[in-house]
Amino acid sequence: MTEATTREERLAAMLAAVPYFKFLGMTAHVAGDEMTAVLPFAPHLVGNVLIPALHGGVIGAFLEMTALCQLAVREPLRRQPKTIDVTIEYLRPGRAQMTYARADVRKVGRRIANVHVEAWQDHRASPVAALRGHFLLSVPEVDAS
Amino acid sequence: MTFDAQALAMIGARMAEGTPQAAALNIRLVSADATGAAMAVPWREDLVGDPQTGVMAGGVITTLLDHVCGLSVTCAVIASGGSFMEYGMATLDLRIDYMRPAQPQREVIAMARCYKLTRSIAFVRATAYEDDEADPIATVQAAFAFTGPRATPGAAVGADQ
Repeated sequence: MTEATTREERLAAMLAAVPYFKFLGMTAHVAGDEMTAVLPFAPHLVGNVLIPALHGGVIGAFLEMTALCQLAVREPLRRQPKTIDVTIEYLRPGRAQMTYARADVRKVGRRIANVHVEAWQDHRASPVAALRGHFLLSVPEVDAS
Repeated sequence: MTFDAQALAMIGARMAEGTPQAAALNIRLVSADATGAAMAVPWREDLVGDPQTGVMAGGVITTLLDHVCGLSVTCAVIASGGSFMEYGMATLDLRIDYMRPAQPQREVIAMARCYKLTRSIAFVRATAYEDDEADPIATVQAAFAFTGPRATPGAAVGADQ
């Protein structure tokens, strides 16, 4: 998706190119080899106004986008990976405050990457949600045309 | 079985417009009855997740699916004679399988059915598609936990687990 070579450049290119990041208000930054995604609270992200809590779908979306960012940071990609499946575990309500996430690329095969992501708010040791997912990577031989 | 269609229509409308994130996505109610619920999200340029193809972000479909799954649980609770005013619920887990990308510029519909309700847990399956449920974009398996007291006559609800 980009010829940029550094992790920072690849991440910045992705954040700028995908409109949905702006809709969520999500950002991410790289420190060394570690990427942290940040989702500032915004009223339009609320699912339950009584608590108030972030929408479960928003938390799932944030985790999935974090996984895609991490894959872009890891190496230059010709195309954005396609999500094959995600399993989202909801551990605590996502309160009306800043949410963070980090992804761990557990395995990258020839075509498929396995990624684990965890999101937290006040304490990283108390995650609000976790995601495990498989992502289809572009295959150069097929995409060459 | 008592089924309060009026209450359900009210809840459906509230789920579509009364939830900030659903309103931000312009999620609309398609149908809600004793057998399940359907909602739809229109394609929008600011919701695109892959600028090379114009396909909506998976997260939008995740939100639509989570939302309609929740509504289908409400449908099932009401259909079983329970009161929707007396429970709260939280998503426990959500597994989404993506069969294919959504078509750009097209509205996506999600149909959810709560196929098992216990006193504490609701199990739901859902499908996202454009035209035909048999040609799915994504399928979902989800579990919800009831977080508040839920007044339900036992027979229609099944055994607690």
